[in-house]
Amino acid sequence: MQSEEWKFTAKDIAEKPDLFMSGHRACAGCAPAAVMRLILKATRGPTIVTMATGCMEVVSTIYPYTSWAVPWLHTAFENAAANASGIEAAIKVLRKKGRIKDEHVDVIAIAGDGGTYDIGIQALSGAVERGHDFLFVLYDNEAYMNTGIQRSGGTPLGASTTTSPAGEVIPGKLEPKKPIADIMVAHEIPYVATASPYYWRDLIIKVRKGLEVEGPAFLHVFAPCPRGWRSDPSKSIELSRLAVETCVFPLWECINGEYQLSAPSKVIAMAPQKKKPVKEYLAVQGRFRHLFTPKYEKLIDEIQRITDMRWQKLLKKCGIA
Amino acid sequence: MKSVEQKVLALNGDEAVAYAVKQCDVDVVAAYPITPQTIIVERFSEYVANGEVETAFVCTESEHSALTACLAASLTGARAFTASASAGLALMHEMLFVTSGCRAPVVMAIANRALSAPINIHGDQSDTMAQRDSGWIQIYAENAQEVYDSVIQAFRIAEHPEVLLPAMVCLDGFQLSHSVENVNVLPDDVVKKFVGVRQFPKVLTHEGKLAPLRLDPHNPMTLGPLAFPNYYFEFKRQQEEAMKKALEVIRQVHNEYAEISGRSYGDGLLDPYHLEDAEIATVCLGSTAGTVKAVVDELRSEGVKAGLLRIRAFRPLPVEGIRKALENVKAVAVMDRSMSFGGHGGAVFHEVRHALYDSDKRPFIVNYIYGLGGRDTSPMQVRAIYKDLQEIVQKGHVETPIKYVGLRE
Ligand SMILES: Cc1ncc(C[n+]2csc(CCOP(=O)(O)OP(=O)(O)O)c2C)c(N)n1
Ligand code: SF4
Ligand SMILES: [Mg+2]
Repeated sequence: MQSEEWKFTAKDIAEKPDLFMSGHRACAGCAPAAVMRLILKATRGPTIVTMATGCMEVVSTIYPYTSWAVPWLHTAFENAAANASGIEAAIKVLRKKGRIKDEHVDVIAIAGDGGTYDIGIQALSGAVERGHDFLFVLYDNEAYMNTGIQRSGGTPLGASTTTSPAGEVIPGKLEPKKPIADIMVAHEIPYVATASPYYWRDLIIKVRKGLEVEGPAFLHVFAPCPRGWRSDPSKSIELSRLAVETCVFPLWECINGEYQLSAPSKVIAMAPQKKKPVKEYLAVQGRFRHLFTPKYEKLIDEIQRITDMRWQKLLKKCGIA
Repeated sequence: MKSVEQKVLALNGDEAVAYAVKQCDVDVVAAYPITPQTIIVERFSEYVANGEVETAFVCTESEHSALTACLAASLTGARAFTASASAGLALMHEMLFVTSGCRAPVVMAIANRALSAPINIHGDQSDTMAQRDSGWIQIYAENAQEVYDSVIQAFRIAEHPEVLLPAMVCLDGFQLSHSVENVNVLPDDVVKKFVGVRQFPKVLTHEGKLAPLRLDPHNPMTLGPLAFPNYYFEFKRQQEEAMKKALEVIRQVHNEYAEISGRSYGDGLLDPYHLEDAEIATVCLGSTAGTVKAVVDELRSEGVKAGLLRIRAFRPLPVEGIRKALENVKAVAVMDRSMSFGGHGGAVFHEVRHALYDSDKRPFIVNYIYGLGGRDTSPMQVRAIYKDLQEIVQKGHVETPIKYVGLRE
């Protein structure tokens, strides 16, 4: 894959003009907003971005303002991938007819976990099955934040949200996260990867790879939301490191069906003593506060068990365990 | 001008749609099958498979995505088309509003079909009537020939810079979608010239440049943003203004097309039949007009001053035209092929009655709901409607304002 050759320094990235511009209305410490900026640092030429309804759409395009220096389209919540289908199909035909001069236009669809795991999965599955050439980026802040922190298929086990509140008899969300990236791998598309903004270089390279690949690509980006996670706004990027170090959110790529761990997770695979307990990750987030009471503390063990089980499965897929 | 020479093809309504779309230099067709529209997608797929069109055919996983893809393609600069019916159109409901709100001139054919439940694949107009406030132009055709002509006109109307609204061409399920008729088709080059290449109005970008309204990496533009109460209302008002403009544009495009094809449908908005001196008249949409015309002919031969007003453009509604066409009639029967539950009569009834309110001579006006779920309406039943109207005129009052045609009560 070409990106192996795409060499860049931190200075190059800093100097590349921001295509996701400042002035948006995201909360302080919003990792999804940082992710938007990083995604656009990886563009390689003419690019169109389309987006599902959600926090990032809402904070960045309040008429008559916009944060987007690229052509950008939002139409609804469940259909970012269908937008991408239409854009990509149009570009192909218009270029053939000589009505668009650009040799190539990259298409990026961006959606939150709601717009991907839940209401958006039908359009996403259909679009990748049809083989449209586009990159779908899921920024996963693990709940419907725009509408006030409701649970989604991406909300982790035990998290308290406004529709899975921790109460006297129910300890927050009862189900673990849907393995969305593996579901995308099962579509047999050429490129699927996970990324986390702490590892910004890895994230940028993965966006670029997703753009370079011919056909559909899917990138699952971990994106802490201090508002919804009830975490310290100054700790969002640290949390996105801790999620990787605890193996709650391992980093990997699956290129043409071949899984491989990305460096930050590979380090842990090679030196398991570096793997931190999930408790460390849970303890700094208000959404898990109730787990640190005698009544519900058993759930922490369960979260650890599921995390380990998924990590082992991943290692196996990567040919390590 | 003499009309151009044309081929005659035996086509059903769906095939007439597909044939027209093939000739209109459409860039993207995204669709999902549903009876009685399916033939449109099937025929068009064949054109694609045989290399007869330069069109990207996106066979989506749902109608919601089909319309979304058309909308996005349209905003990228493509001429886009889709087709649907019934449940499919209902599933598109959300995106209908988004499409008109984004001012994307997508054209869609609807083979009108009943809505569930109970599930029923046959014709009525519940599906499109339920979408009448979605900001789409709605044209209802009487026969396969008009279906063909209307699809071609629809691209010109929708893309007109003063309109820039999506348009539906509605054809009655089975009666039109599946019945084969002789259809005169224009030569390919004539249609291509008539529809032309899509033009884009110029708008101001955030960089302060004037650029064509579309997603273009060289002129970045944010489309489909969030608008708070301080701006939203103005967007909606502009859509209403565009609808008003569409009244004139539908007429113009229809007349221009009539010169080329030699075919016209009233003024393009309303198609009156023996209305000039009519004392009693019905109002209807779509293929039913064929049956009604036959009855009007019979009645006329018997000396009864009967007439018909067929509404071709239901959105925008030619309110003034309807008033002028009907105000000298003594009694009017509006035929509705859908229900507006709890609304005291059908949608067409409401709107025609509304148009007549401003007349000094308000005629008697009654409503006949008919043909739901594909139930046949016979010439005898239409005759009975005219008979009712004669009685109303005689007695000078209305006894039953809303009646159901051919229904077990
Ligand atoms: C069809 C539809 N249903 C519901 C909504 C309301 N809604 C808007 S955004 C949103 C949640 C978005 O969640 P997610 O995709 O996770 O993005 P986030 O806001 O968390 O970034 C919901 C439920 C909508 N706009 N459209
Ligand atoms: S609620 Fe969360 S995702 Fe939304 S803007 Fe605030 S921090 Fe970002
Ligand atoms: Mg979310």
